Amino acid sequence: MLSGLFLIGEREHMLSDLFFFIGEHGQPMQTTMLLTVIAVLTVVGYFLGRGRAVAIAGGRLSTLHSVPPYHGFFVALWAGVPALLLLAVWVSCEGPVIMSLVLAQLPAALIPTDHQALTLLQTDILNLAAGVSNGREPDPAVADAAGLYNTLHMVAESCLLALGSALAVAGLTLARRQIRGDLRARNRVEAALNVLLILCSLVAILTTVGIVLSLLFQAIQFFTMVPLTDFLFGLHWNPQTAFSGDVKGSFGAVPIFTGTLLITVIAMVVAVPIGLMSAVYMSEYAAPTVRSVAKPVLEILAGIPTVVYGFFAALTMAPVIRDVGTALGLEVSSQSALAAGVVMGIMIIPFVSSLSDDVINAVPQALRDGSYGLGATRSETIREIVLPAALPGIVGAVMLAISRAIGETMIVAMAAGLAANLTANPLAAVTTVTVQIAATIRGDQEFNSPKTLSVFGLGLVLFIVTLILNVIALRVVQKYREKYD
Amino acid sequence: MTDLAQETVLRRSVYKSEAFEAQLRRRYRAERRFQLAGIASIAFAAVMLVVLLTTIVLNGYTAFWQSRFDVEVFFDPEAITPSGSREPAVLSAGDYPALVREALLAELPEATGRDGRRAVMEMVSSAAAYRLRDMVLAHPELIGTRLKVSLLASDNTDQFVKGHIPRAVSEDKRKVSDRQVEWIDRLTARGVLASHFSLDVLTQSNSRQPEQAGMWGAVIGSVMTMLVTLGMAVPIGVAAAVYLEEFAPKNRWTDIIEVNINNLAAVPSIVFGLLGLSMFLDFFGMPRSSALVGGVVLALMTLPTIIIASRAALKAVPPSIREAALGIGASPLQVVIHHVLPLAAPGVLTGTILGLARALGETAPLLLIGMVAFIVDVPGSLSDPSTVLPVQIFMWADSPERGWIERTSAAIMLLLAFLIVMNAVAVYLRKRFERRW
Amino acid sequence: MRLDNIQMSVANRQGPAVRAIPSVNNKITARDVNVYYATKRALKDINLDIEENRVTALIGPSGCGKSTFLRCLNRMNDTIDICRIEGQIQLDSVDIYAKAIDTVQLRARVGMVFQKPNPFPKSIYDNIAYGPRIHGLAQRGAEMDEVVRSSLERAGLWGEVKDRLKEPGTGLSGGQQQRLCIARAIAVSPEVILMDEPCSALDPIATAHIEELIDELRASYTIVIVTHNMQQAARVSQKTAFFHLGEMVECNDTEEIFTNPRDERTQGYITGRYG
Repeated sequence: MLSGLFLIGEREHMLSDLFFFIGEHGQPMQTTMLLTVIAVLTVVGYFLGRGRAVAIAGGRLSTLHSVPPYHGFFVALWAGVPALLLLAVWVSCEGPVIMSLVLAQLPAALIPTDHQALTLLQTDILNLAAGVSNGREPDPAVADAAGLYNTLHMVAESCLLALGSALAVAGLTLARRQIRGDLRARNRVEAALNVLLILCSLVAILTTVGIVLSLLFQAIQFFTMVPLTDFLFGLHWNPQTAFSGDVKGSFGAVPIFTGTLLITVIAMVVAVPIGLMSAVYMSEYAAPTVRSVAKPVLEILAGIPTVVYGFFAALTMAPVIRDVGTALGLEVSSQSALAAGVVMGIMIIPFVSSLSDDVINAVPQALRDGSYGLGATRSETIREIVLPAALPGIVGAVMLAISRAIGETMIVAMAAGLAANLTANPLAAVTTVTVQIAATIRGDQEFNSPKTLSVFGLGLVLFIVTLILNVIALRVVQKYREKYD
Repeated sequence: MTDLAQETVLRRSVYKSEAFEAQLRRRYRAERRFQLAGIASIAFAAVMLVVLLTTIVLNGYTAFWQSRFDVEVFFDPEAITPSGSREPAVLSAGDYPALVREALLAELPEATGRDGRRAVMEMVSSAAAYRLRDMVLAHPELIGTRLKVSLLASDNTDQFVKGHIPRAVSEDKRKVSDRQVEWIDRLTARGVLASHFSLDVLTQSNSRQPEQAGMWGAVIGSVMTMLVTLGMAVPIGVAAAVYLEEFAPKNRWTDIIEVNINNLAAVPSIVFGLLGLSMFLDFFGMPRSSALVGGVVLALMTLPTIIIASRAALKAVPPSIREAALGIGASPLQVVIHHVLPLAAPGVLTGTILGLARALGETAPLLLIGMVAFIVDVPGSLSDPSTVLPVQIFMWADSPERGWIERTSAAIMLLLAFLIVMNAVAVYLRKRFERRW
Repeated sequence: MRLDNIQMSVANRQGPAVRAIPSVNNKITARDVNVYYATKRALKDINLDIEENRVTALIGPSGCGKSTFLRCLNRMNDTIDICRIEGQIQLDSVDIYAKAIDTVQLRARVGMVFQKPNPFPKSIYDNIAYGPRIHGLAQRGAEMDEVVRSSLERAGLWGEVKDRLKEPGTGLSGGQQQRLCIARAIAVSPEVILMDEPCSALDPIATAHIEELIDELRASYTIVIVTHNMQQAARVSQKTAFFHLGEMVECNDTEEIFTNPRDERTQGYITGRYG
């Protein structure tokens, strides 16, 4: 089932078929029917296998290598898995195969040579075949092709149903015939389950690969339009003007990077000292009653969704900062970096404090005792012995916090602006990498405009920077833990 | 040796000196300052939490009260069906705003002329006319009768009644004119205009008009998205954790998987949105804006959390349990399924709930896969366009009218209530099933 | 072969050392000391006098309360929340549990060396300088250099580390680390040094080194040492107290205890019947 998920291509109704039979498009009955057949045969296979094992044992179960249910599972697996694999492969290959057959039937003159026009033609055929009109009167040849597509599709689906059912029945029969007293049914079933477990643990790897591929693929397209150096070192970001032809000069991401940096720095200035001091106080000073209040406070802060912080920043923090600034005679933007940064800092306090709490508690008591034994006060012990000893761990925690701040989206999307100003003034409006991504993409983009693709360039930078921070931080923290384990 | 002994005795007397006492006092002052800094840090966090929560509640609770005009409406046959036909198509095309207008003008006879009528109509929501239409469609026998009906006030009227639009501001800076203010006061005094407790903000679906907007569609969208996330992340996550913790050999491959999982847990959520956009929408052609894609994206995002929590729970089961089961001839898989997993279940469950709570509040990746579209209908299937609660909050917060602030705050209150319940369940499970080996 | 030599030489030195004791002032007196961990009574009515410029060994089976008693002497037990102490402990006739007593000052006067060497993760120099610096005993620079040098010299470590004072103290061998910890304790010029099984984590050669050092330090300091090892108690101490199940069973001159124990529990322990 899982491997199916990643092999399926092309048409959405097929995918939705595999996923819980959903979607309102005219889905081919055959696929649904095949799934039903497989499900039924799997259940039947289980009972047949179990029954046969019981029959062979003849009341003396100890003559069997494995208990009857395992024989049942054994047969059920053979009935289900090959047929499902066939289904997955078939569904993923069917579209392209049929399309190439259809295109072969079209007059050669109609088939465009360049890639984009070909894609367009294929889309037209698919739309016509699905009965979606684009308003224009279709070319008769294309209409014929769509008809052919539908015919071939029906044929293919019927073949799939027949072949799939046959495979399931064959698997069932063959497996049932194999059942003997000394069949190692349990080992076989467990081997199959083991494969399933391995596949599950590979999903995380596949996700990473998927992220890297999708970012790289689109970003490379972007960098064919805008040179990498212009992107990384250009000082002007103005994707709107890109439509008027000036693609190269409009995608200088430096203002976005500095904006991200500015807000991150403000957030860290708030979060690191407060988070660290909270952790120190909680682990070294606080009486149990104080801890029983302070810990939930931090946990609740950590559990509040970022969109709520964003609302708080825009509704409460930004006006307060603007009013205070105006009262002091300063010019404050209503979308100041300070408001977003401070609220982000508040959001990150519990993150810093719980990570620091862990590292501070990992410092051996013997070091504290050594210091107290010399007559040091608590704060001297903490400042001179505990914190320096925990420093690598704290550095790791701060790096993770920075990575978190850089990747945070909602607070900045709601409280910081879109204006890509190159400034270090915390009272001015700046924009960040994540804001640009979130503001540009709304799920319905064409993947050929440089504006859309620029987002993947930004996404790639974001991914690489946070990845480096995370890898180093996790390694530093791990090394630190090993030192005191 | 004796020199050293003498020197030592000399230096010891330092501890009884006045200078040392002074130094000691300085050190204790530093100690108190340090401790104060710690208390101040925690107090800052606590104050911010309180300010945040009170801001939300104070802004949000008024959304559960809505102003309505209780007026007598004459279901005028002329306006509803000039032809006299009772066909639903004819009835639904009737001039219902006229009924609303006449009903209000009966209370405010001095509002004359085009301006006056418009000023009156500004005070009532467009939902009022729809309400009358629905009543007529359901009960055509109402035509020609008079009936007391409660008509929803417009956002501006509602906000003024609630005091969110200040009276003291000059007229040109106020969304409600002086004349309307006078009418509102009069109608309020006569008991025609009043605030009523209302759960519309929960039970209605989305609207462009703040006074009509509710979050039911987003709630259903959130539930469906969470079901997909749950159905995908939990089986895969637990299976992966079982493999890595119980069966995986220690080699380079499993090391890579482990490092990979830890890093994936720290990848910014918006990057998962980019993955969903270019992989699931563009490459696989899955339906845009759907709970299905949203759920899958959130599942991939939650997966590392669930794997890490499940592994910790599995690790906490002492090896003696495994040895005991292996000792009576159970296969490794049987050991895990029959003995280890049931014992680790509370921990796995706690981790799962916390992971889902995070996914429930997640917004950024869902924006990118188009769940930010304006959707009025409550989604009926996993592939229907839908939105979720946090995205709804984001969209509402972005709108300018004053009425959205209370709607947004109310939506946040609901979201936080969900999260509190989930976390409370997790805490309860941890307390109830916590085991010390 | 080599080990035997060391042990013999240690045994030989013991005789004259005992005879050279100059004074018999009581540095510390403990009266009716009871210690509770939560509700568990860990020490029962301990009465003990610790004489100045002598080495007092506390021996007994594990869990008998000897370490707990040691940690009462500089109020290290204060750092344990659930620990409660009753009774009176006097240092130079002043109650150290009185309200007016400051633990910082007390611990500067009563230093401590722990079971496992616990050098700070700092340089060798900073390990020694830490105490004098926080107490303001020496200015940075030449004065501090002198304190570091003399402390390391007294701990017998100067020759080994004088060329690598900037290297981390954690890089030294176990025995060197423990001597570093002793030097660290000496650097603040305490009057009493408490040692909690200082050699239990060390090899025999390092142990011999420390034992020699303890004997030298006796001239300037009052030393209380907790040990598991009865031979060690016999080698380094002049007085020995035997603890058993939270009670102080017997305290006497070391020679007396080992040759002529009065209590049969002491006899049972030192003859190896239990413990």
